Amino acid sequence: MLRAALSLLALPLAGAAEEPTQKPESPGEPPPGLELFRWQWHEVEAPYLVALWILVASLAKIAPRVQAGLLDFLLFGSLISAVDPVAVLAVFEEVHVNETLFIIVFGESLLNDAVTVVLYKVCNSFVEMGSANVQATDYLKGVASLFVVSLGGAAVGLVFAFLLALTTRFTKRVRIIEPLLVFLLAYAAYLTAEMASLSAILAVTMCGLGCKKYVEANISHKSRTTVKYTMKTLASCAETVIFMLLGISAVDSSKWAWDSGLVLGTLIFILFFRALGVVLQTWVLNQFRLVPLDKIDQVVMSYGGLRGAVAFALVILLDRTKVPAKDYFVATTIVVVFFTVIVQGLTIKPLVKWLKVKRSEHHKPTLNQELHEHTFDHILAAVEDVVGHHGYHYWRDRWEQFDKKYLSQLLMRRSAYRIRDQIWDVYYRLNIRDAISFVDQGGHVLSSTGLTLPSMPSRNSVAETSVTNLLRESGSGACLDLQVIDTVRSGRDREDAVMHHLLCGGLYKPRRRYKASCSRHFISEDAQERQDKEVFQQNMKRRLESFKSTKHNIYFTKSKPRPRKTGRRKKDGVANAEATNGKHRGLGFQDTAAVILTVESEEEEEESDSSETEKEDDEGIIFVARATNEVLQEGKVSGSLEVCPSPRIIPPSPTCAEKELPWKSGQGDLAVYVSSETTKIVPVDMQTGWNQSISSLESLASPPCNQAPILTCLPPHPRGTEEPQVPLHLPSDPRSSFAFPPSLAKAGRSRSESSADLPQQQELQPLMGHKDHTHLSPGTATSHWCIQFNRGSRL
Amino acid sequence: MGSRSSHAAVIPDGDSIRRETGFSQASLLRLHHRFRALDRNKKGYLSRMDLQQIGALAVNPLGDRIIESFFPDGSQRVDFPGFVRVLAHFRPVEDEDTETQDPKKPEPLNSRRNKLHYAFQLYDLDRDGKTSRHEMLQVLRLMVGVQVTEEQLENIADRTVQEADEDGDGAVSFVEFTKSLEKMDVEQKMSIRILK
Repeated sequence: MLRAALSLLALPLAGAAEEPTQKPESPGEPPPGLELFRWQWHEVEAPYLVALWILVASLAKIAPRVQAGLLDFLLFGSLISAVDPVAVLAVFEEVHVNETLFIIVFGESLLNDAVTVVLYKVCNSFVEMGSANVQATDYLKGVASLFVVSLGGAAVGLVFAFLLALTTRFTKRVRIIEPLLVFLLAYAAYLTAEMASLSAILAVTMCGLGCKKYVEANISHKSRTTVKYTMKTLASCAETVIFMLLGISAVDSSKWAWDSGLVLGTLIFILFFRALGVVLQTWVLNQFRLVPLDKIDQVVMSYGGLRGAVAFALVILLDRTKVPAKDYFVATTIVVVFFTVIVQGLTIKPLVKWLKVKRSEHHKPTLNQELHEHTFDHILAAVEDVVGHHGYHYWRDRWEQFDKKYLSQLLMRRSAYRIRDQIWDVYYRLNIRDAISFVDQGGHVLSSTGLTLPSMPSRNSVAETSVTNLLRESGSGACLDLQVIDTVRSGRDREDAVMHHLLCGGLYKPRRRYKASCSRHFISEDAQERQDKEVFQQNMKRRLESFKSTKHNIYFTKSKPRPRKTGRRKKDGVANAEATNGKHRGLGFQDTAAVILTVESEEEEEESDSSETEKEDDEGIIFVARATNEVLQEGKVSGSLEVCPSPRIIPPSPTCAEKELPWKSGQGDLAVYVSSETTKIVPVDMQTGWNQSISSLESLASPPCNQAPILTCLPPHPRGTEEPQVPLHLPSDPRSSFAFPPSLAKAGRSRSESSADLPQQQELQPLMGHKDHTHLSPGTATSHWCIQFNRGSRL
Repeated sequence: MGSRSSHAAVIPDGDSIRRETGFSQASLLRLHHRFRALDRNKKGYLSRMDLQQIGALAVNPLGDRIIESFFPDGSQRVDFPGFVRVLAHFRPVEDEDTETQDPKKPEPLNSRRNKLHYAFQLYDLDRDGKTSRHEMLQVLRLMVGVQVTEEQLENIADRTVQEADEDGDGAVSFVEFTKSLEKMDVEQKMSIRILK
């Protein structure tokens, strides 16, 4: 063998050696320049032929040696040509081709189950009968059974779909059984079709197709989610198990017998004949299509025909006694399945990209598009009528009308039926989406509908949805779920909450009005107020911390709150402010830098207008009002009433600080300061009263411990929590003849002047403050500031 | 139906119509038959009554508006060329049309722009070139089922106009309309295969 090879190799060399000698023999032709390429056949002729011969002989060995008749091969062909829905779905879900293409391939895989089953059964029975016994009628019967199996399977599926839709209509009060119904009835459809030897896959497909619309409308959102994800899980498990079985069988060589010819031939021919079939059928189809299927679509269609577990299951079921070549078939099937799934499955994505196949566009549904699509549909239906042509739109229209009149009424729950409108659906979904994204962004962004929502209340109600929505919006890009997600409505309860806000058009005012019914002791504040208070307190605490270091002994603060309270304005939510005031005051007590606190309380007060006066009722402060006070108070009240709706303005802390310092330094200044400030705020008619009170205050030089009139303690409840040690000496001395508080309160009242208020308050405080100052010792200082007036009597 | 004649010569101005609308001979014949079938009294033109006789249009929400679109400028009768001109909007767009785009020639009636223009005219009843919110509301009232309340309809109309309106004038102009539908395959949606 080796010598022969060597001799073979030697020949061309010898031939080559002769070459140069031949050249000069050619009669005097000048060589036509340098030749890059010369055909040297006669040199390699002999060895080439020999080599070829050996090659062909060895190839012949590969030729199939399977002994099988025509019917056996027909049987094999019927099971190997079936495209598998599982494999197709798994692959195409990743690829995202446009819907037309996807539905063509996937639909083919679903529907060809009927064909496969029929062909398989027919061929099997022919094989069993033996080819000699097959008669013409049997062929006809075979063809007829194709129709029976497919249409019968579909009919079984539709019957169960009807049953399913009907039963889900009545499950309003027993929501828990809905998923169970769906699973069981679908499975029952499968079993029934199997029992009648009809196409089971078609039955289940038709069941799903037929009932989706009604069941989706009838069952609750949770059930829908349950069904969807359970199905996905089960499908995933089943797929995995089947392919594992496939793999294990591949390794178990006792089950199969290898035949290279058969395997190679099968692989080549399935690709080739599938392409041929696709081309032929597309040509036929294009005669009837508006948008023809072009070459690229055809390539994807033929390449996307993956074989899978169905083929494997069928081949395993073959009877070895009837089909002796079963083992070869099994091996071939395994190889084919592996090849198509692995090679074709892996390469289809790059192929799709390379061919620039139109991908599915998942864009957010806009209301415009939905509306206009409907318009176009109607237009087209009308034009078709005008033209007199019963085209696609005509039949679709007819079906939709039939559905609306009879089916939906029968199968859909009343409540679901009522809202059944596609344009409305899109609008609804868009609103929900907007509202949820709005809330997730913190609630201060204008949504496209131009509505603003307060974030707090809605946040509570839709907090739970944000996670689901995050999942939805960001959803795994690879799965079809993205499209499904859009069509699935979120939980009605959650939606109702958000929808209520949006669609009722009832915008919440940004400023809350406080309820009048709040009392100081037990304030029934709503969440907003609570939240505001908390924030406020935290802020103030922080400021206090910073001020603590400065060690300002400012007891003024104590006086501050009081005045505020005097302004009795029956406003809602004052209680809050009171309470916060109280709290703040409490804080203030602890800190010497009480100014801020007062400021805080002032701020609170602004909000609450002087409605706090109401709360003051509860406080123990007894305010001995002088005539002037009364005047002031009245003035105050009116004044305050005027200014109710001013927004709360939180004074910047520096101002407080500034105010404090000057106070300490020069009271005189302060006095002046105050009066100038206060006079601004004090309505003209009250000027006199105000001045009087100021003067009276100033005249009070005695240590005010007892006098510190006003400083009554803060309402017990809030404060108690804040500072345990609040030295509430507050007393009970309301007698301070302070006209002060009223005016102060009044000043505080005017919301619009809140900023002015603050300074004022601060100033006022100094007034009070230095009264207190004199008598106030650190210990008592704190107590002073809650002056509680018995407002109720006053106003 | 009168005497059935499949002669192209029967159709008056057949050639010019064909050139204008781009229909094939067969389609034109079919349309001519249909025209004659609709024209009950053999008047030679169609009136509103004739079109209203088509039963299916009565249950179509936009049926009336479409009938109106056949009678441009308030005329009371539509002759065959006018009939065909409207229907030419629905001819499927073929590649040859776009290839032989002669810049001097007017745009073919079944171009995307003209299709959209036809649809836009159905919205814009007062022909001011814009679809106001009011007009949108009217269309919605026609097309949305009875179970949606008036208030909700108004919200939908608002939102629709808001989505499409770019220059903030509260109405949707034709350009904005076109832009809002740029993702939609209008050539396919607004075509009837049989009118090739």
